[in-house]
This record gives sequence, C-alpha cells and structure tokens, in this order.
Amino acid sequence: MGAREALICGDARMTFAELELSARCVAANITQGEKLGFLAEASPAFPAALFGAALAGTQFIPLNYRLSVEQLNTQMQRIAPAKLITDKALSIDKIIPIMPHEVVNGAPYPGDAPDIDGGVAVELFTSGTTGDPKSAILRHSNLMAYIFGTVEFMSAGEDEAALLTVPPYHIAGIAAVLSSTYAGRRMVQLPNFAPENWIALAQKEHVTHAFLVPTMLQRITEYAGDKLDLPSLRNVAYGGGKMPRATIEKAMDLLPHVNFTNAYGLTETSATICMLGPEDHRLAHSSHVPAIQRRLGSAGRPIPSIELQIRNIDNQICAPEEIGLVYVRGDQVSGEYKALGSQLDADGWFLTKDRGFVDDEGYLFIDGRHDDVIVRGGENISPGEIEDVLRAHQAIKDVAAIAVTDIEWGEAIGLAVVCNDEISDDEICALIRKNLRSSRVPSVIKRMNALPYNETGKLLRRVIRDEFTQD
Amino acid sequence: MGEIFKPGVKLSSAVCKTQIMALRVPASELDVKCGGVPMQIGDPEQLLDAVGEMSGTLVGKRYVDEQDTMEFLCTRGGEGTVSVNGKALDIKQAKQLPSSD
Repeated sequence: MGAREALICGDARMTFAELELSARCVAANITQGEKLGFLAEASPAFPAALFGAALAGTQFIPLNYRLSVEQLNTQMQRIAPAKLITDKALSIDKIIPIMPHEVVNGAPYPGDAPDIDGGVAVELFTSGTTGDPKSAILRHSNLMAYIFGTVEFMSAGEDEAALLTVPPYHIAGIAAVLSSTYAGRRMVQLPNFAPENWIALAQKEHVTHAFLVPTMLQRITEYAGDKLDLPSLRNVAYGGGKMPRATIEKAMDLLPHVNFTNAYGLTETSATICMLGPEDHRLAHSSHVPAIQRRLGSAGRPIPSIELQIRNIDNQICAPEEIGLVYVRGDQVSGEYKALGSQLDADGWFLTKDRGFVDDEGYLFIDGRHDDVIVRGGENISPGEIEDVLRAHQAIKDVAAIAVTDIEWGEAIGLAVVCNDEISDDEICALIRKNLRSSRVPSVIKRMNALPYNETGKLLRRVIRDEFTQD
Repeated sequence: MGEIFKPGVKLSSAVCKTQIMALRVPASELDVKCGGVPMQIGDPEQLLDAVGEMSGTLVGKRYVDEQDTMEFLCTRGGEGTVSVNGKALDIKQAKQLPSSD
C-alpha cells in the first residue's frame, strides 16, 4: 500500500509511505502535554497533522480560518498549550505556531501511536448556527467505529481518486481523509472551491469520488449549464445541509452515470449515520408515486451500525409520519462536549436536536433544527413548511422563516425573502394562506439581497434573527 | 475455558504475527485461539509452536463465525487460523456501503 499515490495538492504529490513519514515529522514537533491545533487551508499538512497528533498521543484541533480575530483568539486560548500549524503570524500565550510546509519536514518520530483506552482523537468546534460554538470530543473509538462500520480496508481500485473540498475544520473533511486512507484511495485536495476549478481538477486527475455540500453542487450545476463532461466520475456523496430538490434532480440529469449518495450526520456522530443510496435516488427520480418521489428529499436509512428513533415530547416513540426528535445510538456517536461531558442518556441514546419523521419503510426526513421551530400561541411551526411553499414560486429565489417576538402570540413569523422577480407582500401572504394555514402567515416580511450562509452552506438563522431585532 | 471480551480489544497470536480486534462479540465466554494456541492481549515475547490449523489471516479482512454472532477485524496478518470455541472463523464477504465522504 505504501507505494500507492495518497495525495495530490497543486503540484505536490505523495505516496502513502511519504504521508506516513510526514505524519511522523508532525508528531516529532509535539511536546508531551501539548495539543495540536490547525489553522490553515487544506494542504498535505492536514492529513499529516491528523495522523501525526494520534502518533504523538494528543488531540487534533482544527480551527475555522474564516472566523473573526476575536473568535479565533477565544478558541485558541481554550486549546493552549498547543503547537499550532498555521501560516498566520500570531502571538498568543502557550500557543507555538509552525508553518504548514515546515511541520512536515525534519526528523521523524520513530514510535508507534500509544494505545490509550478512551483516547481523544479530535476536538472540533461545532458550527454554532444556533449559539456559541461548543467543542465536540471525538475519541479514537468513535472514529474507528465509523470507519470499520462503513469502509473496507484497501477496497479502492488503483484508479480511484477522491476530490476533497470540505475544509479541515469540518467533520466531513476529517472523515474523508480517514475513509480515503483506510480504503487506499488517492486524495485530491482543492482548498478553495470554485465550480470551474472543481470541474477542471476532476477532469485533470480523473476523479472518481467526490463529497460536496449542497451549495457546492448547486454552483457546479449552475456553472455547467446543460452539459457536464466528467466521464471518470462515479460516486458523489453530499451532506452538511439541506439539498434543494431542483439541484439534485439537475445534477442527476447532468450526470446520469454517477451514483449519488445523501449522507446525513453530525459532528457529534463522527459523520454519516444515515444514507440515501444510489438506487434510492434513481428510483425516486423516476417514480410517479408521491411516497417514493419524495424520498429524493430524505436523509435515507440508518447505516447498519447505527440505531435510530423518533421520539415525541413525552419521550414516546413516534409512529411513521409523526414528527418528533431524532435520537441515535452507536459506537461512533460521541455526544460529548468539552466541559459539558457526555450528553448520552442512560441507554446510550443521543438527541441530535434535529426534528424529523420516518416513513413506513424507515426513510428519515429531516424537518430542521428543534431550536428553529417557531412557537406561535402554543402552536409549533416548522420554518421548512413555509419555506418549501415559497421556494416553489418562480419569483422567490431564497427565503427563511424565523421567530420574531410578538406581544399577542409570544412568537410570530418573520420572513426574510430574496426575490428574482417582483412579488408583493400581499401576494406572499396569499400564497401561504392558500397552501398552508393562516397561522403560517408572516407578521413581518423583510426584503434582502441575499441570505447569510456559512461557508459549508448552512443557513445562519441566528444572523437573520439579529437583523429583525435591530429594526 | 474462556474470557468475556469487549469490542475494541486487540488479541495477538502466540504462534505468528496475527493480531485481531473484536468489532462485535457476544457477552459470553469465548475461547479464542490462533494456530490452536490461545490468543492474548499484547504481543508475546517469543512465539510458540502451532498445534492447530495454519491457513493464514489477511490484514484488513473481517472474520466471522458461522452463525455471524461475532466479528473480528484482522489488524495484522499471519500464518495461523483463528478459531473460537473450537470452530475456525471465516472471512466475511463484506457487503460494501456506498462511499459517504
């Protein structure tokens, strides 16, 4: 395996043997008691650091380089003492910066990784779309359970190459390195996503596998127009946010030879826990039965190593089609945060805080975050149902429904709308009244040029709520 | 004679380089052998002579019993045959999931 090509980044190419050597060089830089931070774009130093931290018996802590200086300073103070792989000039107490290209050189660490029961592999700040970021703890046992549950050792053919576009501080970025390495699949890094670069690199390196967040796939299909020439591409997995139905349908039409997989998971579950596989996609796309058709919007079914339950507010298991809270259980589920400890219940179940339901064949449908539910006069209103109705209208490009404070109802609906075409407030309200109930009609409508998303395509409802309270 | 194992435990052969990790095990006493000699936690200082079957193990392969009540992952291959309670384990024909990342 060592002679196989492991990694391509720009002009740099390395084998798995060379990647191991790089990881050993990273490990040699870490002093006992230090953690390993990573504040940089993806480069060969990223996989080397992920494995190097494990070799040195410490945790890998990737930070989001798009955060503000203040946010980063707070996070860095939380990880000290640490070596920090970064190309930024920093001066923070007990944080020692090293450049990415320097950390992979020097004398390699000769030993084996310590085999500590319950050893922490990764600390990952969650995206914090609903509040301050929490630091999720992923142990080696969690990540191993995920890999052994989903990947076969050296199962990749010599020709296979995965195009990695998700940043190091995202669970999908970490999972991709682990799966690719275990499968023996060549990794092709694209640190700065742009649709034209992604397509060009996929063509040049004969990429066979790719993972994308919905925004990326949307931008690729928009850029491609009506033709996308990627004959080598065989598998595209997507996840990390809600996939618009029009986008996945267009992608399937553009790339009929490609197998699409929807991977649903959270940071706290060591990536994927449910999958909607290629056959499910094709069946749903070609079906005229509404219950099959709608599965294109499903998160799929739990992978074999994961159990899933939907429970109502009284902690009773919901019947099919009944909306409740999504609970999962399995060895890959950490459900643990720094300072807060394990959030698993006595039987090992983790509350994802996602709302959803399953159909009668066990396909999971996610209805959004529990925290985003609008409680209007005691009635629970899901933003998704309002947004889906409006998004189907040609004049509306993007829309978000959020809770606004209301004297009469406690909470009422605020609507942030981005338009393609003219549509009056009255027309919007009439559209909702016609398709849904009158309780779904917004009390405030705000026109925006664009909605705020984070870089992996998650809608930042918190930012929209702040805009409404400022007025 | 046997022991109760937890998932994640790694066992080394006493007759060859084989090392296996328990992925899925029943909560009952298991007598795990390689080449006919009991496997142990941690590598032996010196290898013993095999007294049982030596058909070999392959790194990365999953090994299961006939009833599929247990699963071990071979983390280091060798020459011995792994058996549990007197019955040789077989390579699992893995049903591969689609790539999810």
